[in-house]
Amino acid sequence: MREVAIIGVGMTKWGELWEKSLRDIYVETALLALEDAGIDKVDSMYVGSMSSGLFVGQEHIASLLADYLGQANIPSSRIESACASGGLALRLGYLEVASGVSDVVLVGGIEKMTDVSGHEATYALGTAADQEYEGYHGMTFPGLYALIARAHMEKYGTTREQLAMVAVKNHHNGSKNPLAQFPFQITVDSVLNSVMVADPLRILDCSPITDGAAAVVLYPAEMVKKKDKPMVKITGSGHATDTIALSSRKDITWLEAVYKAAKQAYKEANKGPKDIDIIEVHDCFTIAEICVLEALGIVEKGKGGDAVEEGMTSLKGKIPVNASGGLKAKGHPVGATGVAQVVEIVKQLQGNAGERQVKKARVGLAQNMGGSGGSSVVHIFERE
Amino acid sequence: MTTPSRYWREIPQRYRLEANKCKNCKTIFFPPRLVCAECKKRDLVAIKLAEQGEIITYTIIRVPPRQFVDQAPYAVGIVKLDDGVNLMGQIVDCEFEDLKIGIRVKIEFRKIFDEGESGILCYGYKFVPE
Amino acid sequence: MEGIVGYGACIPRNRIKVEEIAKVWGADAPSYKRGLMLEEKSVPSPDQDTITMSVEATKNALKRAPIDPKEIGAVYVGSESHPYAVKPSGTVLAEAIGATPEVHTADFEFACKAGTEGMYVALNLVKAGEIKYGLAVGADTSQGAPGDALEYSAAAGAAAFIFGKENVVAEAVDTYSYMTDTPDFWRREYQYYPQHGGRFTGDPAYFKHIIGAGKGIMEKAGMKPSDFNYVIFHQPNGKFPFRVGKMLGFEKKQIEPGWLVSKLGNTYSGSSPLGLTATLDISEPGDKILIVSYGSGAGSDAFIFEVTDRIKEVKDLAPRTRELLDKNRNYLEYGEYAKFRQKIKKAD
Repeated sequence: MREVAIIGVGMTKWGELWEKSLRDIYVETALLALEDAGIDKVDSMYVGSMSSGLFVGQEHIASLLADYLGQANIPSSRIESACASGGLALRLGYLEVASGVSDVVLVGGIEKMTDVSGHEATYALGTAADQEYEGYHGMTFPGLYALIARAHMEKYGTTREQLAMVAVKNHHNGSKNPLAQFPFQITVDSVLNSVMVADPLRILDCSPITDGAAAVVLYPAEMVKKKDKPMVKITGSGHATDTIALSSRKDITWLEAVYKAAKQAYKEANKGPKDIDIIEVHDCFTIAEICVLEALGIVEKGKGGDAVEEGMTSLKGKIPVNASGGLKAKGHPVGATGVAQVVEIVKQLQGNAGERQVKKARVGLAQNMGGSGGSSVVHIFERE
Repeated sequence: MTTPSRYWREIPQRYRLEANKCKNCKTIFFPPRLVCAECKKRDLVAIKLAEQGEIITYTIIRVPPRQFVDQAPYAVGIVKLDDGVNLMGQIVDCEFEDLKIGIRVKIEFRKIFDEGESGILCYGYKFVPE
Repeated sequence: MEGIVGYGACIPRNRIKVEEIAKVWGADAPSYKRGLMLEEKSVPSPDQDTITMSVEATKNALKRAPIDPKEIGAVYVGSESHPYAVKPSGTVLAEAIGATPEVHTADFEFACKAGTEGMYVALNLVKAGEIKYGLAVGADTSQGAPGDALEYSAAAGAAAFIFGKENVVAEAVDTYSYMTDTPDFWRREYQYYPQHGGRFTGDPAYFKHIIGAGKGIMEKAGMKPSDFNYVIFHQPNGKFPFRVGKMLGFEKKQIEPGWLVSKLGNTYSGSSPLGLTATLDISEPGDKILIVSYGSGAGSDAFIFEVTDRIKEVKDLAPRTRELLDKNRNYLEYGEYAKFRQKIKKAD
């Protein structure tokens, strides 16, 4: 398998984009990535999207978007793994270039979530859970993470304040990201006083409903001509699944899919948790960031809350997590998230992250996750 | 949300807690499986779940999906039944303040939701503190 | 000899007091309490209905009857608040207890007498040798129109009886039914609340039929009031059972064990059946029990049971009726009660 580089990235401002349709958002973003890469024709495309069907009534978007992007007749695939759709699209695009099947692969992610009501969006997100044995009983996506949060708090003593600190940190970072949906700071108090969604999680523990897209262009590293920016390569890729029903898990507080995907990525990259300089994790809810830190091996089981409280994962900390603002401040257009994480890591490794630049970042990791941990994709990136 | 045939198909599980158990490694599956997720063998025997257990985690849903708008807020949790199987369901007939990890509950047959004013009535199991 | 093999009750835990209802409508609570001999009534939670209560009552009956549900040959649910207008309650119950598919199922309806109606049919199928065991449930989540006198008493509950010839807990000595066409209380299709004939529901309705059935069965069986240890009458309010009992020649102490209405309300098709389960709970071998139901429209079913030795073994195999009535009560204010009973609904 040959090495794969990321030669272009694209992302536009995320938020409630009333004027723009799913097609508009995707094409605008993908064109930016192509421009950044200096490419105008791609060999194949992978698009991550959790549920264009439920949100805008449109399936078959891989073909639709290839057409609207002006890439007639290319092989194009829509990848779905709930909220890990984007990360999984990246993995499949990576494998297609690495295997030699294609040279130029465009990987994008898109979700247009605001054309339906809040209840419909809640329902659509809830389809990541087991419909007959979780959804049937009135469970929601925040509800699943609330179950995990309570169990984690009971087992390890993680506190309500530590959960709030995750949101505060991510908003602090997000306030430095011009493309973020919520580029402003918040306080622990504002989190603790925000309206309850599913006890103990409040609205400020939860990532928002967002419209947005992100895109990257993959290319064989050996074919990259000298450029003005340092080359960033994908050096590790891992993918694992788990039961989607929380009640079928052996340990509700442990994300086995993240652990296994990370293990695979670490092995391929010949790296360990200690070698990572910067991480983008899937903070769909504050508790998720804490559990992911543990499953990635960044901290011991149960110590995720302490790590956030001690500042280990802040922008100036030992290992900055979610310098982009994370899902919480940047937004969470479901299918796009996994790809946006990659956009951030590439910008950081190339010294292009503006006010939120983490100095001397050489090795980055992006972790994307579906549902309550039913799937996870982990990638490791290195700057030459 | 469900449809008449999807609802009807799960009746043995929703009404009677019918599960199955791997003859080889004794793992219990609910709903029943064709292949054991632990040892991959395909020899499973029909059993019924225990009807009592203890709460291992819970939450109170305050922002519900459309079907449950009239019910919110309501408590949902995961209960470890006395046969070791974890089951998710609503916890009813108690004050939210009295909910705690570890309290014992038993299963009761209740209405879960209805498909609006004219759709089918969907029944199943809920947990009631003992 | 055929009779009751297992019995069980289900009573929701929510209650609302007469004072709470009277407060909202500006009515005089003490006079309602005195006039109806009623203090509070049960209120079903939004997730409880005739079907769910039937299932729970039957599960309790199965705890007392050592039978395989597959041997139940008939499942009958009598109610005036079946959840569907068209689709049986009985099939959900039969499916939930595992009696399907080889079973006869029907839903019965006859105002408050639908429960004993099912009991009459199930018992006689067993007697005729057609089925080995028969299940009959009387259950209701009745509604009273807001501000109407019936609002104070319309309550919810269920009682289930399994009939058979083996391991009988109470032998069915005799039955008698007394029916006429009497429009004392009715509900037209598409109407949400029932209507009634005011004082017409008394002498020509309740009293005439209960006395007719009571006298009829005692004559048929060659028995008199003093031969009975206990008697249960349909309980639309606290006063009527004592008055009709006196008219038939019964004493207060025979009526009291099965008299639940002051704390339960009128559970309609569950009313006299729950009185019977409560009486069985405290009965002794050899006790003779008379139950006379009443359903508007109108008619009464009467049964005479004689308790066997087996009562001692089964009484506490499931919760007693009074335990369900007294334990774990949750008092509601009128607003929550109105929401639970869907008298007010959230806008779509």
